[in-house]
Amino acid sequence: MISAHDNKAPADPAVIKEQILGKYPPKVARKRAKQILINEALENETPEITANVRTIPGIITMRGCTYAGCKGVIMGPTRDIVNITHGPIGCGFYSWLTRRNQTDATAPDAENYMTYCFSTDMQDKDIIFGGEKKLEAAIQEAYDIFHPKGIAIFATCPVGLIGDDIHAVATKMRNKLGDCNVFAFSCEGYKGVSQSAGHHIANNQVFRHLVGLNDEVKPGEYKINLLGEYNIGGDGFEIDRILKKCGITNIATFSGNSNYDQFASAHTADLNAVMCHRSINYVADMLEVKYGIPWVKINFIGAEATAKSLRKVAKYFVDPVLTERVEAVVAEEMPAVAEVAKDVRPRTEGKTAMLFVGGSRAHHYQELFKELGMKTISAGYEFAHRDDYEGRHVLPGLKVDADSRNIEEIQVSADETRYNPRKSEADMEALQASGLDFKQYEGMIPDMENNTVVIDDLNQYEAEKMVELMKPDIFCAGIKEKFSIQKLGIPMKQLHSYDSGGPYAGFRGAVNFYNEIDRLVNSKVWGYLKAPWQENPELSATYVWE
Amino acid sequence: MLLRHTPKEVSERHALTINPAKTCQPIGAMYAALGMHGCMPHSHGSQGCCAYHRSALTRHYKEPISAGTSSFTEGASVFGGQANLLQAIDNIFTVYEPEVVAVHTTCLSETIGDDLPQIIDKATKDGKIPKGKHVVYANTPSYVGSHVTGFSNMVKGMARVAESTGRKNGKVNIIPGWVEPADMEEIKRLAALIGVEIILFPDTSGILNGPLSGEYKMFPEGGVTIAQLRSAGDSIGTLALGEWCSADAARFLDTNNKVPCRVLDIPIGLKATDRFVDALRIIAGVSVPEEVTHERGQLVDMISDMHQYFFQKKVALAGDPDQVIAMVEFLVSIDMWPVHVVTGTPGKAFVARVKELTADLPFEVNVKADQQADMFLLHQWIKNEPVDLLMGNTYLKYISRDEDIPMVRWGFPILDRVGHQYFPTVGYKGALRLLEKTLSALLDRKDRDDPEQSFELVM
Repeated sequence: MISAHDNKAPADPAVIKEQILGKYPPKVARKRAKQILINEALENETPEITANVRTIPGIITMRGCTYAGCKGVIMGPTRDIVNITHGPIGCGFYSWLTRRNQTDATAPDAENYMTYCFSTDMQDKDIIFGGEKKLEAAIQEAYDIFHPKGIAIFATCPVGLIGDDIHAVATKMRNKLGDCNVFAFSCEGYKGVSQSAGHHIANNQVFRHLVGLNDEVKPGEYKINLLGEYNIGGDGFEIDRILKKCGITNIATFSGNSNYDQFASAHTADLNAVMCHRSINYVADMLEVKYGIPWVKINFIGAEATAKSLRKVAKYFVDPVLTERVEAVVAEEMPAVAEVAKDVRPRTEGKTAMLFVGGSRAHHYQELFKELGMKTISAGYEFAHRDDYEGRHVLPGLKVDADSRNIEEIQVSADETRYNPRKSEADMEALQASGLDFKQYEGMIPDMENNTVVIDDLNQYEAEKMVELMKPDIFCAGIKEKFSIQKLGIPMKQLHSYDSGGPYAGFRGAVNFYNEIDRLVNSKVWGYLKAPWQENPELSATYVWE
Repeated sequence: MLLRHTPKEVSERHALTINPAKTCQPIGAMYAALGMHGCMPHSHGSQGCCAYHRSALTRHYKEPISAGTSSFTEGASVFGGQANLLQAIDNIFTVYEPEVVAVHTTCLSETIGDDLPQIIDKATKDGKIPKGKHVVYANTPSYVGSHVTGFSNMVKGMARVAESTGRKNGKVNIIPGWVEPADMEEIKRLAALIGVEIILFPDTSGILNGPLSGEYKMFPEGGVTIAQLRSAGDSIGTLALGEWCSADAARFLDTNNKVPCRVLDIPIGLKATDRFVDALRIIAGVSVPEEVTHERGQLVDMISDMHQYFFQKKVALAGDPDQVIAMVEFLVSIDMWPVHVVTGTPGKAFVARVKELTADLPFEVNVKADQQADMFLLHQWIKNEPVDLLMGNTYLKYISRDEDIPMVRWGFPILDRVGHQYFPTVGYKGALRLLEKTLSALLDRKDRDDPEQSFELVM
């Protein structure tokens, strides 16, 4: 039994780390020690953390699987592709509408299959005799009922084990149907060490089977793709609103509020703006190599970060008209944000937060907490890699272990006809010299204060221990962590799917977040945990009945 | 329209399931395991299974759900998961200190053929299970049956703990089936009122409807203990509530421990509760206390008071076999008309039972129980023959909105409303609650739709 309100927190993070590790068997303690890092100022160096390694069996992890990363995260938010899960019923069921990605299918002819769950519901006979025939029949049945432009197939664990060739089935059906693009994802849950492998697999197949299919030039100026934005709680809608206001054209979002054609046209954009570096950097790199589109890291979480990101995009296009428009939009939007911040800040200032989520969110949301005057005292990712913690400069030195080796790396080369460097080398150099960093992400750790604690793949025991020892005012993670934290009397905000509400991106999102955090940390409910007779157990008086 | 692509015309499907009215075995095993005291469920498979099951149960209960996973990698999938499970058992007992670990398999570990009894035996021999602690298990291949099957399998795993000393303990085992913590409380309350000492397993009351007090207990008070499960082998009999969820374990105790069993329906509604109470009375050899008869009378009173609003209202249901059978009987008993019924859990007996229960209705009920008995088909049936009310889990709200039909949330999972944790639907009290919910749904709709000139104050 742990109570968050018992004793005073020890200040020394080294003591905290030691206390956490003390409970583990020696082998586990050794491994976890490398994933728990005390952020220290080192000379010109970011301290090194171990990440993207196996979770220890039996340690209650936050992580999910490759299928979840591929079907759930990356492909889930696309509305007009029929996503068929090839496997027993569970995987399809659990990824059915549970992620709060919003989509705008209000156009009268818009196709929207996100409300549907499609599965081959494999039975024991399919496991024994193979499921390819059933998959083939399922694709045909889906086609006959819905006539979608695309059907995607997602492998679950047993599919890989019994050796169903889903890619052969996809090719066969694509050729047979003629007007339906059928493609498959080998995203069996046991691959990799977390959802992250699924992101990579999804990136590969989207690039292979969708990107580049439509050469039609879309109208609009300043064309970008927004990579790694999943429209949870309408984040993407808010970003699109701001982009539109600035006159920036969003060709494709990977993959919030997306449709088939956006992916197909992505190669016609002139800049890739990467939001979630972890889940989508593979596509950004491939788009650059094959089509010549550079990428920059942006972040629309936080009002200041949003302004900064817009300026970054404007800088790239080197057009005073755009720069002026961006400045006008920032100037117009900021006062409303500042007004709410001014109201809320006296109630949030000086409070502390912990963030354990995602592959970017634990970093991005620190911006919003900063704007509230709150300090992030501990943070970590659920499935990120070292580059997301320490910056991309560590990439050349990353060890490729057995779990990463079996995730396909696509070899991409410049497209013979469509490779078109958007900027000359000289222009790129000039932009770089003026402070616009391409292909650059510095990671989370450099942005965190000294003596904060960075923990990779935090587990349930460590979460409770951290809350007990460091007593944050708010804790952010996912649904599985939510209620064990709240039982301790600490408000918990889901930052995968936001519980409810949103958007939290952009300017209006910042306002929503300020109000939401104000509501959470100052809710009256935290004052009701003890009954009056628990707080004053001694009977000091009796009623005198008249 | 949210389900705008669902055509009215029903076409035969043999391979594709759309909008399933079921999920997979392991989540049932995890839920059942949470009904043991001090139990850590453990998912022997990839991390995703455990993450998905924990998430789904958390969303349904708004309570912490702790469970371990063997975190299979590609290597483990090739070479077998023994090393992972041994390490997991060791870590769980060291770090989380449960009384019991309840291991269930997944499609992954079943496909590669991991042998749970052998691995657990090895864990015992290697000293990875501390003295006085326990590991129970169930095989729950996701490609057989449904979440209901997985629940049943884990309950059977719990029954394997039972021992027979030869001395009867005078108690009755009750296996409540997949019902809510509040339902398990209600079953205990009824048994206590009637004066029957019971061993209830599983029992999630106190575990999945806990208080907020500033303390987090990974293993709250509540749940059936290993000692109670052992003693279940000495009970005078077992009442299994529900053929699909509970009968296997009851029959196991019958064969293995010579504890005779009787399989009843889940006591949802008037008649099923009557049979349950009657069975308890006969077992205890007592008269039913006035308090219980009084509750029954209140239920009959409400049925009579509001009968005009139930009469011949058409209902479409999706859910799990034991619950749906009981509900169909209840609906028929108050002159409501179940017209479309699906469950994704396969079973010809289900179809036969529903047909039997609805035999006297002036129409033939649409009923299906297989892989294509899904909510897509249910929706198509509704388009062809509209209904007045939907009953089922939260996913039905998409049909409810598109077709503008009121719904009562009932079953698993309920992701968007609360109450199921705290208020039972079993017993007479539970039936009152079901009627109240049903009436509210129907009358709210009537109030919305009645023309101004005939808008009613008194209903």
